[in-house]
Amino acid sequence: MEPDTAIAPPAPQTPARQPISEGSEWTFELIDTYDREIARVAAHYGLDTYPNQIEVISSEQMIDAYSSVGMPVGYHHWSYGKHFLSTQKSYKRGQMGLAYEIVINSSPCIAYLMEENTLTMQALVIAHAAYGHNSFFKGNYLFRTWTDAEGILDYLVFARNFIAECEQRHGEEAVEELLDSCHALMSLGVDRYKRPARLSMAKEQARQAEREAYLQSQVNDLWRTLPTRQEDPRASQAARFPAEPQENLLYFIEKHAPRLEPWQREIVRIVRKIAQYFYPQRQTQVMNEGWATFWHYTLLNRLYEEGRLTDGFMMEFLQSHTNVVYQPPYHARFYNGLNPYALGFAMFTDLRRICESPSDEDRRWFPELAGSDWVKSLDFAMRNFKDESFIAQYLSPKLIRDFKLFAMIDDDRDDKLEVAAIHDDAGYRAVRQQLAEHYNLGNREPNIQVYAVDVFGDRSLTLRHTMHDRRPLGESTSEMLRHVARLWGYPVRIESVDEDGAVLPVDECAPPG
Amino acid sequence: MSQLVDRRLSGKNRSAVNRQRFLRRFKAQIRKAAREAVSGRKVTDLERGEKISIPSKDLSEPIFHHGPGGRRNIVLPGNREFVSGDRIDRPEGQGGGGGSGGSPDGEGMDDFVFELSREEFMDYFFQDLALPDLVKKQLAAVPEVKKARAGFVSQGNPSNLHVVRSMKQAIGRRLAMAAAPRDALREAEGALAELEAQGRGASAEADALREDIAALKARIAAVPFLDTWDLRYANRVDQPTPSSQAVMFCLLDVSGSMDENRKSIAKRFFMLLYLFLTKSYERIDVVFIRHHTVAREVEEEEFFSSRESGGTVVSSALELMHEIILARYPSANWNIYAAQASDGDNWDDDSPRCRELLIQKILPLVQYFAYVEIEAEEPQSLWHHYAQVKAMSPRFAMQRILTLEDIYPVFRELFQKKAA
Repeated sequence: MEPDTAIAPPAPQTPARQPISEGSEWTFELIDTYDREIARVAAHYGLDTYPNQIEVISSEQMIDAYSSVGMPVGYHHWSYGKHFLSTQKSYKRGQMGLAYEIVINSSPCIAYLMEENTLTMQALVIAHAAYGHNSFFKGNYLFRTWTDAEGILDYLVFARNFIAECEQRHGEEAVEELLDSCHALMSLGVDRYKRPARLSMAKEQARQAEREAYLQSQVNDLWRTLPTRQEDPRASQAARFPAEPQENLLYFIEKHAPRLEPWQREIVRIVRKIAQYFYPQRQTQVMNEGWATFWHYTLLNRLYEEGRLTDGFMMEFLQSHTNVVYQPPYHARFYNGLNPYALGFAMFTDLRRICESPSDEDRRWFPELAGSDWVKSLDFAMRNFKDESFIAQYLSPKLIRDFKLFAMIDDDRDDKLEVAAIHDDAGYRAVRQQLAEHYNLGNREPNIQVYAVDVFGDRSLTLRHTMHDRRPLGESTSEMLRHVARLWGYPVRIESVDEDGAVLPVDECAPPG
Repeated sequence: MSQLVDRRLSGKNRSAVNRQRFLRRFKAQIRKAAREAVSGRKVTDLERGEKISIPSKDLSEPIFHHGPGGRRNIVLPGNREFVSGDRIDRPEGQGGGGGSGGSPDGEGMDDFVFELSREEFMDYFFQDLALPDLVKKQLAAVPEVKKARAGFVSQGNPSNLHVVRSMKQAIGRRLAMAAAPRDALREAEGALAELEAQGRGASAEADALREDIAALKARIAAVPFLDTWDLRYANRVDQPTPSSQAVMFCLLDVSGSMDENRKSIAKRFFMLLYLFLTKSYERIDVVFIRHHTVAREVEEEEFFSSRESGGTVVSSALELMHEIILARYPSANWNIYAAQASDGDNWDDDSPRCRELLIQKILPLVQYFAYVEIEAEEPQSLWHHYAQVKAMSPRFAMQRILTLEDIYPVFRELFQKKAA
């Protein structure tokens, strides 16, 4: 038995404790043993994961990994240098600790361990990243639909080599300019609603038609320089291009920008593909972190109950865990939005509670969940939701009370803020609805689509911003238009459509040069 | 099963290229910041990196985002006193909540701060001065070193193996390692001799002793003659080669006509000379002399800061310099360099006197005297007299400076001498 049982959390008195290790220094053998143990417990709960690759790295390498958003191979760009510098600075001054882990969605799933961490932290990271995140990547429908875990590493290598080659051939500056513009439009480079359909006959035909339409648009323009004929070619042409508004701006540019060279199209495509690859992560932050946190907590506690961990280990682990899941109230000085770890962890823990020991309230709110098998219910929740729908579906009144959540309305037509709902019977649904809305990327980011191209005139591109709750575009718009114009090569306009359907021009920009 | 990989030794500095890209892209801003940093530094303080800060709005990566206005729904945790329907005044600093909303009005936008390494900083420092590349290299290079003996170490490369020292070490070790068996041997031999004296030389007891003795002898013989523990290597450490000392006189005109801009050019002029000197001398003293109608030796802070009105008598400074040399820096022990910066104004009667002072008293003592006339519309009286000095002495250099690029030619000759 440990000497410090007096301060330990109440532990079930298992017959004999056989801790895996006592000290806090890690060795490769110990990490391996812990990994085996955690894998065994994870399998017991049915966590399905990609194979793991656990890499031990130094803090400097961690900063490297940080600044390239965790991508193990990345192309060169100044913005990564900027992130590197700022991370390095704040790390050196002790303003921030580095994240204990970075994990990326690939197969094998790569998790980084920092060499400075104690053994407890390494075990925590293994449980969190290599089993928590990993199973989420493998199970969640967004990742399944949108990302190709097997292919991503190869693709990143391809991207880096291709861009390096372009730099040699066309000059670093030209490539950098192009990447700047693409990065700026990254959030408009994803398909939100469309699914990547399996190749089918219909699809093939549609593609072909698209290619033809593209050729047509080029050829028609040539005709324009010929002497005018009797019949106006415009009359015979389809009325609009594109026929329907396009949400994926980078895709549209890749396929239709008149002046891009093939290598430029390929780079646009690379940035677009990477944006698409990270899109599910942005939509599942709460769930993903919540799921991983829930599982490191559950797995390590389970090991402790089996007597495989020392009390000292648990104290260190719990200290770190509680730091991660702390949610400061809105009036705290260091309040910085809802903590996705805190909210996610609380929701999954609460789901388990509802399954195992539901109250009357839970029975009313979640009749199918109450009393069901919690492992199955959680697995279902993990697989089939994203943040928005997950919260809309599962945020319980108890959690709303625990977090003391309340909804405010900030309307610029009103000189005061109004409290719309609080954590009471009348407010639960409204609060839950508002919070779910908050995680809807479609509301958070301006909804901007490609509306029209003046194929026969000046070839200008018109973007249309559909306003949500009358919210206008920010001050970066004109700069953003310059980026769009640089890619498009002809004038670009943007207009806003308000809720009554009135169209207001916002800005326009001619291409450089 | 998981695979465990140790990556600590591979792929360091993966961001080095990205860092370089970043520096290149914001060259203009960094250069500006470096320039400001120079004016905040001491003349002798060039051997470290610099913290550079750039307004972060200059290096933002824009995205489309919502501006202020419209209707927002915000959900916050930690409710204390509100009930639904409450109406509250807007807080001052925008409640946040909108996420990407940010604070476009610029408040709370910190500067982006990062460290330039010494080399990088020097790069920016040189850029303004239009130095030839070769010179830059010489200046920025780490000073040459020569190896000096520094005792012995237990690890080193074979060519540094010190045989005598190693053998000495081996003797001591052999003695120590054989000490115990040797004592036992002596005892056993004594016992055996005693037995034989008693005539029991053939007994089983004696045989056992003989066996022991054989074993002990074998053990002593088995102590290695030379072991890796014994090896000692001559230790050599790097010592910077320049071993002489120099003193640098900075002479600055602080009369009313020297404004901030002129002083800043003068400062770089002094800094550059200092840099040149650090490459050749181990120890450098810097003496600051400012003058208007009278000259005074001052600390660096005072040297550049205040400005006085009134006329200019350059010879006062030269006289003071001469006095200081005689009093504190005997030219037999010191290499003396002087840099004078002025806008060229001088009392008409004084300029010939300056010429005489230089030729007769100062130039025989100094290695090099560099004079710059800063931003003077046309050569002033001092200039004409100095031109005569230049014609007479190769140790004298002068230059009119309108921009920073003009500073370097003053030192060109100094360098040619070095190269020869």
